[in-house]
Amino acid sequence: MYQYSDFDSHFVTNRAEEFRAQVARRIDGSLTEDEFKPFRLMNGLYLQLHAYMLRVAIPYGTLNAAQMRQLAMIAERWDKGYGHFTTRQNIQFNWPKLQDVPDMLDALAEVGMHAIQTSGNTVRNVTADHFAGAAADEIADPRPIAELLRQWSTDHPEFQALPRKFKIAVTGSETDRAVTKAHDIGLRMVRNAAGEAGFEVIVGGGLGRTPMIGQVIRPFLPVAELLPYVEAIVSVYNLLGRRDNKYKARIKITVHEHGIARIRELVEARFEALKSRFTGASQQILGQIEAMFAPPHFKQASTAPFDAARQADPLFRSWSDTNLSPHKAEGYAIASISLKKHGATPGDATSAQMRVMADLAEHYGHNELRISHEQNVILPHVHLSDLPEVYAALRAADLATANIGLASDIIACPGMDYCALATARSIPVAQEIAERFAALQLEHDIGALKIKISGCINACGHHHVGHIGILGLDRAGVENYQITLGGDGSETASIGERAGPGFAADAIVPAIERLVLGYLALRQDASETFLQAYHRLGAAPFKAALYPERSA
Amino acid sequence: MPRAFTPKVITANALLSGDAVWLTPEGRWSTELSHAELLTDEAQATTKLTAAEARASEVVGVYLADARATANGPAPVHFREAFRARGPSNYPHGKQAEAS
Ligand code: SF4
Repeated sequence: MYQYSDFDSHFVTNRAEEFRAQVARRIDGSLTEDEFKPFRLMNGLYLQLHAYMLRVAIPYGTLNAAQMRQLAMIAERWDKGYGHFTTRQNIQFNWPKLQDVPDMLDALAEVGMHAIQTSGNTVRNVTADHFAGAAADEIADPRPIAELLRQWSTDHPEFQALPRKFKIAVTGSETDRAVTKAHDIGLRMVRNAAGEAGFEVIVGGGLGRTPMIGQVIRPFLPVAELLPYVEAIVSVYNLLGRRDNKYKARIKITVHEHGIARIRELVEARFEALKSRFTGASQQILGQIEAMFAPPHFKQASTAPFDAARQADPLFRSWSDTNLSPHKAEGYAIASISLKKHGATPGDATSAQMRVMADLAEHYGHNELRISHEQNVILPHVHLSDLPEVYAALRAADLATANIGLASDIIACPGMDYCALATARSIPVAQEIAERFAALQLEHDIGALKIKISGCINACGHHHVGHIGILGLDRAGVENYQITLGGDGSETASIGERAGPGFAADAIVPAIERLVLGYLALRQDASETFLQAYHRLGAAPFKAALYPERSA
Repeated sequence: MPRAFTPKVITANALLSGDAVWLTPEGRWSTELSHAELLTDEAQATTKLTAAEARASEVVGVYLADARATANGPAPVHFREAFRARGPSNYPHGKQAEAS
């Protein structure tokens, strides 16, 4: 994986030192909060409901064992012994003390990590397919591109004061596991007619107050032209994007107001002008980065132990049916570790669990870990013969829940248990839904189902692209939950449709249960997923299941 | 018609811990909402708010929150303030840990 250069190391160490001085000046009173706030946000430090929150970037969701152990140490030493993995492939610490944050940043810098550009109107942490470099269906590993974009955007002088924050997602396969259509720029790798790899470039996607699915601005962009093209998009947006109204400032509104044709015209013109300035240097750098992401040396071994364990242990069989995905190397699998134990907080891992995952990565996983936007941890390269031991270690650490992609694999943002912007809680709703489905013992029968919960209109929980989306609102001083149906975050992305009136906190879980049981009654057979049934039948029978009193 | 003034408490987050705190009648910052001073007079609330805002080396984000009187001191009106007063619901952390 990517190794920090001296430049990178100095940069993050200096930033931590600078912030140490700023914190000292805030505490001794020489900086007011108004003066200090932009500095702390630049370093990923937010003030939440009960404490500060430090958001640490995990670029393109990739980290190694040493980094995971350091996160475990930080959680233990300066927080409450756990961390929360987010839909942005970041980790958040919910309880740091202001005076400790500089030490936390130093500890991060020791392993080449930081909290820079996790906030502010800049190009944010670039997210990527969490199966990058491993997926069987991949054209090429998208992380070198993500890293190139990170280097290009970090402290880019022109783009430190964009109209609004700017998020880029990249995937290396045509299957979209990075929700590229809900980002300011989405880059989906495709092949052209000649079989060459390039990117379908998507702009103007985004969730939040005004959810929009991104539109294709360029169906095929050669990889070599990526930086000037992305720079052209950001620079057109920088000029055209609205600064008069925060709610209309994202590029999705710019695209919506001017139309994709006009935006394309401007971007292509700007691209022509910029192209010559991007000489071979960026290609050279890309070459160097690619070398750092060279695939590990995959081993050759018998897969007999895997087959034997599947025969012998029904629990292992169930876990391997649910939590493994096809790997590009023969005899290997991608193992997803669920952070969604029924009743637990989605995305949370204790320090002890982080250490177990780090150890497994080191011993069985070519020292690689990934964080998915679905708030799980991935061991991207595990040989099948090692999986029985991996599974046993996960079980001992309470990390072996076999529910990836199922009803209880719920995305939930922190909501009003932590987030200062929230209008309602999301965590308890996720906990109760997962426990309910565990009690019903139906989720394996229900099959693929994505439930996503946000605690406010900002949609960090991606509810708009959940097959079932839940949005927590404040209705006249009471928590109220609105359901959307039929959302999709994949390459066939669409925004879910509002089902009808919201539900009170004590009525939302029964409502979801009615909805899902309704689906079971409606589907043609077990192979028809919730989303397929919804597309075949439309919303009406699902609404009837949700609101029985109305259709009665 | 101007809206009638409803009782308020002065609240903020502590500068170092970030924890939710309330201003007591003695002018201390307490982590317990029930220790807060309930302000029933609008002019007094405004004056006290301005004074509290000046205590920038102790707290961040001072504001007036609705509260109602109970036998055990002020209690929250809105659920957001109730959560601030209690702590998160998924773990017994924050104030709940201190209380136990
Ligand atoms: S969706 Fe709203 S409540 Fe949830 S984390 Fe984002 S801003 Fe906070």
